Amino acid sequence: MITFILNNKTIKTPEHSGMTLLDFVRYEQRLTGTKIGCREGDCGACTALVGTLKNNTIQYQSITSCISPLGNAHGKHIVTVEGTNLKNKLTAAQEAMKANYATQCGFCTPGFVVALTGFALSNSENNYNNALDAISGNICRCTGYKSIEKAAYQVVEKLEGQEKNSLKWLIENGFIPEYFESIPQRLKAIEVKDLNQPKGKYVSGGTDLYVQQADHLADNSVHLIAEKDYLKGISIVNNVCTIGTNSTVSDLWNHSEINNHFLNLKKHLKLVSSEQIRNMASFGGNLANASPIGDMTIFFLALNSTITISNENEKERILPLKDFYQGYKTYDLNDGELLKTISFKLPTKQSFFNFEKVCKRTHLDIASVNSAIHLFVENNVISEAHVSIGGVAAIPKYLHDTSSFLKGKTLTTETILEANEVLQNEISPISDVRGTSDYKRLLGRQLFFAHFIELFPKQFTLNDFVQHA
Amino acid sequence: MHKHKSNTTLDSKLNAVSIALKQSIKNLDSYTHVRGESLYVDDVNIRQGTFHGVVFDSPKAHGKIKHIDYSKAEALEGVERIFTYKDVPGENQIGGIIPDEPLFAEDDVHFWGMPIALIVAESEFIARKARGLIEIEIEDLPVITTSKEAKAKGSFINAPRSFSLGDAEKGFNDCEYIFEGETFSNGQEHLYIEAQGAYAEPLENGNIKITSSTQGPTAVQKTVAQVLGVAMHKIEVDVTRLGGGFGGKEDQATPWAVMAALAAYHLNQSVKLILNRHDDLRMTGKRHPYESTYKIGLSKDLKILAYQAEFLQNSGAAADLSPAIAERTLFHATNSYFVPNVETTVISCKTHLPPNTAFRGFGGPQGMFVIESAIAKAANEIGVSPRQIQEANLLDENNSFSYGQIAKKVEAKNTWNSAKSIFNSEDLEKEIEDFNATNSNFKKGLAFMPITFGISFTNTPMNHARALVHIYLDGSVGISTAAVEMGQGVNTKMMQIAAQVFSIPIEKTKIETTNTTRVANTSPSAASSTADLNGKATLKACNALLGRLKTVASEDLNTSEDNIELKDEFVYVNNKKSELSWTELISKTMLKRVALTENAHYATPEIHFDKTKEKGHPFAYHVYGTAIITTTVDCTRGTYEFDSVKIVHDYGKSMSEGIDLGQVEGALIQGIGWMTMEEIAYNEDGRLLSNALSTYKVPDIFSVPKNVEVIPVETEGNDMAILKSKAVGEPPLMYGIGAYFALQNAIKAFNPNYDLKFHAPMTPEKVLMSLYSK
Repeated sequence: MITFILNNKTIKTPEHSGMTLLDFVRYEQRLTGTKIGCREGDCGACTALVGTLKNNTIQYQSITSCISPLGNAHGKHIVTVEGTNLKNKLTAAQEAMKANYATQCGFCTPGFVVALTGFALSNSENNYNNALDAISGNICRCTGYKSIEKAAYQVVEKLEGQEKNSLKWLIENGFIPEYFESIPQRLKAIEVKDLNQPKGKYVSGGTDLYVQQADHLADNSVHLIAEKDYLKGISIVNNVCTIGTNSTVSDLWNHSEINNHFLNLKKHLKLVSSEQIRNMASFGGNLANASPIGDMTIFFLALNSTITISNENEKERILPLKDFYQGYKTYDLNDGELLKTISFKLPTKQSFFNFEKVCKRTHLDIASVNSAIHLFVENNVISEAHVSIGGVAAIPKYLHDTSSFLKGKTLTTETILEANEVLQNEISPISDVRGTSDYKRLLGRQLFFAHFIELFPKQFTLNDFVQHA
Repeated sequence: MHKHKSNTTLDSKLNAVSIALKQSIKNLDSYTHVRGESLYVDDVNIRQGTFHGVVFDSPKAHGKIKHIDYSKAEALEGVERIFTYKDVPGENQIGGIIPDEPLFAEDDVHFWGMPIALIVAESEFIARKARGLIEIEIEDLPVITTSKEAKAKGSFINAPRSFSLGDAEKGFNDCEYIFEGETFSNGQEHLYIEAQGAYAEPLENGNIKITSSTQGPTAVQKTVAQVLGVAMHKIEVDVTRLGGGFGGKEDQATPWAVMAALAAYHLNQSVKLILNRHDDLRMTGKRHPYESTYKIGLSKDLKILAYQAEFLQNSGAAADLSPAIAERTLFHATNSYFVPNVETTVISCKTHLPPNTAFRGFGGPQGMFVIESAIAKAANEIGVSPRQIQEANLLDENNSFSYGQIAKKVEAKNTWNSAKSIFNSEDLEKEIEDFNATNSNFKKGLAFMPITFGISFTNTPMNHARALVHIYLDGSVGISTAAVEMGQGVNTKMMQIAAQVFSIPIEKTKIETTNTTRVANTSPSAASSTADLNGKATLKACNALLGRLKTVASEDLNTSEDNIELKDEFVYVNNKKSELSWTELISKTMLKRVALTENAHYATPEIHFDKTKEKGHPFAYHVYGTAIITTTVDCTRGTYEFDSVKIVHDYGKSMSEGIDLGQVEGALIQGIGWMTMEEIAYNEDGRLLSNALSTYKVPDIFSVPKNVEVIPVETEGNDMAILKSKAVGEPPLMYGIGAYFALQNAIKAFNPNYDLKFHAPMTPEKVLMSLYSK
């Protein structure tokens, strides 16, 4: 039985754990405030909150319920817009939306309200940019967002003076209803047994699998792994970072030590989907999806990562990530094997890391081309280089030739221009809905240049690389 | 970032706007919206035993159906029945303007996504599974995807239409400069977040009630009756509200409602049919792509003396609303400019795309893009700023439009000059010049975009509406109109009118669902006219009731009716409050057996249009405005941001500043999306490639202009508008066209060799390729 608290009600359901949380909420529980917009995590109309109990405190995150398996709700507190409603008045987030004319047709509105409430409940620092990140996965077709920006601003103002993580404060100040205070105790009291998991498709966050095969997953058995502890956690030993493949992009985003090593981490990760998706999407899923354009795969390739794979008998093998991919959507993974960890050397004071991504829409979009670079430079000489690029080959591509070309070279404009020639020979973009091959080739060059303009702003400007009158 | 010099005029105006916003009425639907309690079609309670439908559609754009095998699908447990054209008791025909569109394909298919059958099952999931079991064999026929190709092959929807004024050929003889060129503007997906859907319930005596997410309840009612072969009074259509429409549910909400009704008719059970997003994207039409050619001639002092344009409209596989949309392209072909010699032709080309349909602006934006392109090209060739040409040709009082209407109460120059002075446009242009001179990684661009948009259905007979107003015993008021609420705030405006006439708190009024049994024979909620038409009818009904109430009050208080006024829920006599309250007055009126219900009809006066001469006075009035758009292009990556959009807009006397500002901002960003980011792609086989939200991108919160300032132009308003508050739904969309030209100007600042291209949208791909084109 899947057991969880939905708003203020304890649920025990024999439903199939592969059904989506959205369908369960809307059609089994008749909570119709959660809307269906796209069923692929791209509009946010179905945003819900997931509260997880950790060491006696509860942490809330927003998710898109349309691509979330019901089984992942097991043992959690799930909040829909109805669960945020106060009896006879509006919550602070709702009032902010109303007062600023931030709702027109109203169909996307509950998603925004839930996401903003999630922001109030979250650990992220209270500022306007973080509030916008909280609604980065919500699409509105009516308002043009300017009014929603004002609403977000009003929420931030209202949150000033908030006691950190205080459900009590949020209740007193009209952000959430009173019952929230009882949830941690109630979650503890629920007897949560491990779900009886059948054999079936491994599903972690589900953010990609549910986009591609929701009907299949709802109809067949799935094996949920999101809660498997042995796949979780981020550890750092001797400057080597090891990430369990169940970790989410948000886990990385929130990791303070990692942020010390990647100074632009949040800027880079902000280009990866939306907050709702980052809260669910696992690294293992991103690697195993094997998309030639997977953002985190490109990120880890440039870190020259290794991956650990374990089989059903818990036997492990290790291989470089750059050797994992064999062809379009094919890779070195046998039946019953699971990606367990990703490891890489952290950037140091002598090394330089950058990530670039261009798509039609800067945020919550799939790249036309993305690229990452990790350079070790001493006395203006490149001692080690790892460059990766996506969207220009059948696999997420580690640029072997370009990387080895750079090694040992002096960091000059000429080196970079010549390295681009090598890069151009290593890629073979095709034309598709994300761009023509000519565009991707040009963009590949530009993003390669962009790495150096970003990393060495005093040394290089665009003018150094491109000729124009 | 450059800090703006302090500008006291602008600051005081922005202050006034922000005060007006605080005081303005909030959208009355917002309380239930923010709580998730508003009811859309998929939220209404369904009867036990309701079936669910999924549409089986053509996997080819053009071909002959050789064979279909439904047997495996029918055998699937939970499948109730599969309906095809053979099950249609009436006519298998849903075309609105021209009867050229079958509900279900018969022998041929004409677009990829064309409905062939409706699978009805116990759940949507089962129906979808059954769909995968249907086997179909289609013999391929040649596929046309572009309007140029259609024209070459003589494939048209109807005869071309042409407007003319003066003599263009002669006009060109007097010109110092003449330029010709080609433009393309792509389609646009509506992307209402609520997909198409309907719920049909059989009632007694073969009557059917349909809850539909439609902008046109009467169109649904009429078409269901026609397809079922029953009288219209058997069919009741009810609309609670729409999760966005934008024109996409004016005509194209109909087929789904008809299919649900057809299944309900046969099964005598309720049937729900809600399209999933992929089906909706694949099966429904969009804004029309246009391929156009133009010739523009200017005098030495930059006056446009002659303008010719031929617009090829990609209509798709059936007429739908294309002929009406084509017509509006001609109405707006010269945008805000007076051109003495005009010759414009539009050709609706029949292709094998889903029938394209209404979309905010209704052909107007496509026409305006062409003349703005012509101006940009001319300016580039002559070596002046496009702004100079725009400014030299703005409409004046008593100028004639090419369709014969004489421009009155023109605000074109007023909004233009106000925008220039309030926003200090000269400083803005100077700042951009300075920025571009000192920055190599980034370049900025600016563009002006004036708009002029006519308000009314251009099909004159559609300009009418009715309202049914009840005052209940306790003094509360219920209002029914033909207006469909889809986010534009029309519910609030209707309630405002009643509350204002009766001088009662707005909470004492209620807007009912839009229902064909209460208000019949309606025009769709479209053409920006919904508040005007239905508001005027509501006003008329309320005023009639007010008159009767005054009679009762004057008898009761022994005074003349002229001395009576209703104020704050009391009767006032000669400006003095009497003892008689609103509720008491209502009771007394009831006791006197005076009707507390009124049904009023409003038809827009003055308008007319003669399609044989292509001349007349089709619009009640025009809406004007000017936008200044600035952008910054990242020349390394080809990405861009919009720094600001500064607008002086003609609201007339806005009755709801907050709601109207929301319309301006929303339309603007939708227009920018059309011009920059939203890219519809079909392959040569006619298959939609931008078939999901992962491949079709609309603006998100990070892609909107950082700064949007909208200042109302000082004006008297127009009596033809409801309470002088002008229509606001569509016109501001066309400000977005400026985004295209701002980007182009930034590209030119980086790459002087860039050869101007007029091929929208200006995606990051096109920007990067242009930055580095030789």
